[in-house]
Amino acid sequence: MFPRPIQQASTGAQWLYTIALPVALVLWLFPLLGVALTSLRPASDLAQGNYFGMPSGIAWENYVYIFTETPIGQYMLNSLWVTIPTVIGAVGLSLMTGFALAVYGFRANILIFFMFVAGNFVPFQILMVPVRDMTLNLGMYDTWYGLALFHIAFQTGFCTLFMRNFIKALPFELIEAARVEGVAEWRIFWYIVLPLMRPAIAALSVLVFTFIWNDFFWATVLTQGVDSQPITAGLSSLNGQWIAQWHLVSAGSILAALPPVAMFFLMQKHFIAGLTLGAVK
Amino acid sequence: MTQASDTVAVAPVGRSRGRLNQRVIAPWLFLAPGLFMFAVYVLWPILQSITLSLYDWNGLYNQDGEFTGTFIGMGNYAELMVDPAFETSLWNNLKWLVLYMLALPIGLFIAIFLNQTVTGIRLYKSLFFFPFVISQVVVGLMFAWFYAPNFGLFYTMIEWFRNDGAWIIATPFFLLKLLPLAIFVILIGRITFWAARNAPSRAWSNIGFLPIALLLVFAWVMSEGISQYYQSAWTELVASFAGKGIAILADPDLVTYGIIAAGLWPQIAYVMILYLTGLNNVAPDQIEAARLDGAKGWRMLWYVVLPQLRPATFIAVIVTVIGALRSFDLVSIMTNGGPFGSSRILSYYMYEKALSEYGFRMGYGAAIAVVLFAIMMVFISGFIWKMWRDEKER
Repeated sequence: MFPRPIQQASTGAQWLYTIALPVALVLWLFPLLGVALTSLRPASDLAQGNYFGMPSGIAWENYVYIFTETPIGQYMLNSLWVTIPTVIGAVGLSLMTGFALAVYGFRANILIFFMFVAGNFVPFQILMVPVRDMTLNLGMYDTWYGLALFHIAFQTGFCTLFMRNFIKALPFELIEAARVEGVAEWRIFWYIVLPLMRPAIAALSVLVFTFIWNDFFWATVLTQGVDSQPITAGLSSLNGQWIAQWHLVSAGSILAALPPVAMFFLMQKHFIAGLTLGAVK
Repeated sequence: MTQASDTVAVAPVGRSRGRLNQRVIAPWLFLAPGLFMFAVYVLWPILQSITLSLYDWNGLYNQDGEFTGTFIGMGNYAELMVDPAFETSLWNNLKWLVLYMLALPIGLFIAIFLNQTVTGIRLYKSLFFFPFVISQVVVGLMFAWFYAPNFGLFYTMIEWFRNDGAWIIATPFFLLKLLPLAIFVILIGRITFWAARNAPSRAWSNIGFLPIALLLVFAWVMSEGISQYYQSAWTELVASFAGKGIAILADPDLVTYGIIAAGLWPQIAYVMILYLTGLNNVAPDQIEAARLDGAKGWRMLWYVVLPQLRPATFIAVIVTVIGALRSFDLVSIMTNGGPFGSSRILSYYMYEKALSEYGFRMGYGAAIAVVLFAIMMVFISGFIWKMWRDEKER
């Protein structure tokens, strides 16, 4: 193990480590903690210049305010409306493409696979004008499905990479045995491979959820109004209205950050398994 | 394919034809929906953008629904060559790319710091990972608050350092100023020592007065002139720092660095998690063997651990490069490219040209996107090349 386990170090070093851990954590999360505290600070404190001192009270009303006086609840719902179909769509499509690329050895296989991988890394800007134009022409501009459709297509690239490698790592004998038995290909997919894919599906679902929830670029390019804008774009436009009302900006930020953070905590193992794919062999 | 042909040999002859056909068609059926979506939303738009970059188009169609752009060949690219805003964006992209690489050593350092088995370490690891989970919009707002002029924490900290804490910054500068004096004293000492050693023993009394005299003169000068000079230099130095904090997002020279720092925060977290997973898989017997050979600290890290972390480093470089070139959210949230366009990067400048209130120059925007795409392609091809080699090895 590297570095040498702290248990083997001197008592002094062990103490130092125990103290250094929380101190480092607080320093590391300083912007987050500061914003979390500001979100609970009464507006009057900020007006008096009390930014870092003891708050005069805990102001839950900041949160009440943004929920009642701004469309932030609607923005959150819009985000869900885009995110959940995208997760289902992208995972569903990539299960099939991943299966096709992992199990069948046809000629264009590797080419198609690399195309998915490469497409996953292109800058968004090169897609922007044509995708926006197409969405407008199809009458899907400023709708949740217009945004979700694009996300499904784009995320399929990353998901295919993940699924294909996952299926490749499964024992091929299973599929072979089924073929000897005369099981149809789609039944192999449905009854043999799919049940083994649960961990991969879980990992990708959390990852895609987080990516899409946090997306800002496409939200600004493909949506406009309160009825369809997701939380990231909504927060940005609210930020323009709340000039220097940092207690509101902070409350909005914390709210926007909550769902992915909750997702991460609930599904931590899967999340990290998804992100570190390929980091170890 | 060998496995497949084995199966065919075993299967009943009468059915094998149909089965084989099924196995030729099946992959395409499985691929069709995903491939279709990907082609429509990713591949085709790339080609369209490249074509569009040769046109001058305001994004509109005429009444009959016809495209209204005019073909201008390389016109957009020619204009890019002399566009100062494009040059600024390109330079800023380079800054992003270079400084983002700091995420690697810092992420590795944090991963090593956290790679222990003490109670609660799992929670610490996930809390350290937090910044990556949060939307960049939120990260941007957090750092905007952190940098905010007059009350922001960063601003206040700088202000404190420049006034009450000035001695902390002044001390190293002051020591630097003392350097010539220190060198002078050391030289005198050296010379007297040398003179004393080389002088014939009888002549010692003749030479002995020199160092003493020099020392006396020096002590006098020190106490009177020089000490006063240095004292005033000290006061001057401390006073020279006095001033207000730095409004980093309003300063054209610093703004990009401020945004990059915000971007590094989640990026470091990502790299950290990659390295933590990598460290988990480092072969313990190799570490132990190296330890028996007396390797430790930096040498152990450099010669034993880092080579084993190669796959993690590779992925970390890729995601960091992509992250640096893709960044858009932070610039958009924190500065809108300002002040005076000094924090623009290609991705943002493209958006500004094609979609914002500054005009709808789709063709020009597409040309910027093509340049960004070309830069990115260099790295993407490297990645694909490596994957290709790995695939062949299997």
